[in-house]
Amino acid sequence: MRRRVPLTLCFIAGLFMAVQYFIPHHNVAAAYERLLLWLQTLLAFAFLLGTVSLIRVHYHKVRDRAPDRGFSIVMFVGLFLMIGLGFFHPSHHAPGSPFNRMFLYVQVPIEATMFSLLAFYIASAAFRAFRARTLEATLLLVAAAIVMLGRVPIGDMISARIPEATRWILEVPNLAAKRGIMIGVGLGMMATALKIMLGIERAWMGGGD
Amino acid sequence: MRGHRGRSSTARAVMGLVAGVVSVAALFVCPAAALAQEETEAVPADSLPPLGPPTAVTATDTPNDRGYSINVTWELSDGEETGRVTSYRVYRSAHPETGFVFAGRAWPGNAEYRDGGAPENAPTYYRVSATDETGAESFSATSEPAVALPAWFNRDRVNVMIAVIIFVAAIIYFVTAARRGKDLFIRRLAGLDEVDNAVGRATEMGKPILYISGLSTVSDVATIAAINILGEVAKKTAEYNTRLIVPCADPIVMAVEQEVVKEAYAKVGRPESYNEDDVFYLTRSQFAYVAGVNGIMVRQRPATILYMGMFYAESLVLAETGASVGSIQIAGTDAVTQLPFFITSCDYTLIGEELYAASAYLSREPVLLGGLKGQDTLKMLIAITIIITTVVATLASVGVIQYDFMTPFLETQ
Repeated sequence: MRRRVPLTLCFIAGLFMAVQYFIPHHNVAAAYERLLLWLQTLLAFAFLLGTVSLIRVHYHKVRDRAPDRGFSIVMFVGLFLMIGLGFFHPSHHAPGSPFNRMFLYVQVPIEATMFSLLAFYIASAAFRAFRARTLEATLLLVAAAIVMLGRVPIGDMISARIPEATRWILEVPNLAAKRGIMIGVGLGMMATALKIMLGIERAWMGGGD
Repeated sequence: MRGHRGRSSTARAVMGLVAGVVSVAALFVCPAAALAQEETEAVPADSLPPLGPPTAVTATDTPNDRGYSINVTWELSDGEETGRVTSYRVYRSAHPETGFVFAGRAWPGNAEYRDGGAPENAPTYYRVSATDETGAESFSATSEPAVALPAWFNRDRVNVMIAVIIFVAAIIYFVTAARRGKDLFIRRLAGLDEVDNAVGRATEMGKPILYISGLSTVSDVATIAAINILGEVAKKTAEYNTRLIVPCADPIVMAVEQEVVKEAYAKVGRPESYNEDDVFYLTRSQFAYVAGVNGIMVRQRPATILYMGMFYAESLVLAETGASVGSIQIAGTDAVTQLPFFITSCDYTLIGEELYAASAYLSREPVLLGGLKGQDTLKMLIAITIIITTVVATLASVGVIQYDFMTPFLETQ
């Protein structure tokens, strides 16, 4: 019974979602939209679950005097400060409010800093990928060099054939490989969905019979 | 030679400059001249003859729709030739003579309009007017009535339905064959073979395993595949009594993953080893999540990191940090744009569909392997279809076979 109820619910919901793709009738469309609304409602409650988990994990670290508990204290300060400014400060969404300032001048720059690290990591990853040790790596290096040159004005200045070669690489072998992967991904998605709907795949419930 | 080419290019440059100046000047001078001419020869708008109305107005139920929709078409007004039509206005009514209300507008040159506010299951009449610059309307005759009906089946998707039926049949056939004990060959996936070694390595080193299931939500099939793989990985870590850390970016995914890991630990007889604090929520914010996970990598120095699911721009930042702390890294994603980053930075990468095969591969359950064989069968059918249609289309394009034969296949639905 403990397994049969979720499996039955999963089968009914999965079957409805599959069938509604073929039925455009407004009654079915309305039911589909209603289900999506439920999902959003569920998500709102789930955030509460997430916050509780976050507080519990970091509370345990502080309580147990874990070596990295300093980070947990910073997390608590940030969490409760933002909650406090959001709940108790009047017009917290207004430009110039403390909540808005904290978001714009603390969170956004920190996130932008993390994102900007990507540029350095791309350089280090490219260095590793382009070491021409094997035939495949050499092909990758040559293809990448042509594509990079073809995307900047200097490529066209060297030879008009470089942008043409770039276009060919991107539109023929690259696109063919991408489409091949995407066909496999599509079938894999369908197979996974079908296996879950039919109760063949039960790992999402922790496995078992 | 070089000097001659130099002079020639200088001359061309001067000519180009002159041509450019003349063209720019023309942009300003010509409209001004035209305007002056227009001012002298302008005809008062009210003295112009009325526009010819749109003709042959037809109304038909929109096919394969959710209802409340009628397609209206007409033949353009003769005012199109002189450019006097400013818009077409579409009116609907339940009666052929009276009660017409404005339904919508189409721009000049357009001869169709989809009315999405038609009443359901009731005859509706349409009139279309051509409007000129003064706002005067020239009305068409009333169309024959049309009834907006919702469709119970989208006929444009018949091909998809046939493919789905073949696919479902293939999977059910192979699952049944597997249940009967038929031996099914599955090709080797190096990345998944390495999971056992990676767990063993973490145990020997006394370091944890970090499992990252991407940034997507539980409604993404890649995330569900990642959850399925987590179940199998958790069984192995429970057997070896190795710590498994799972930071989550979505609270629903966290709740499901907590249950999956808990069940896996219980299934191998070690429920006491499960620590709820090891499967936790971090944040929904993309780069705050990256900062949190990178912090865990640098502090905990996990022996093995598994990236399974849907990843975006954070993939390389995560994988490069993992590589810098010396972890064995196994990734699996269906995000085509992130695959090159994982291939570069990780030791093993599951590409696309291999992510979906991983759970079956790791568990080695015959029924799940049957699903994989069904998947492979349809893939083979698609490959054969692509080859046949490519050959036929090529032959048709060079005139070896009649082109009409291919037309239905080449038309996009």
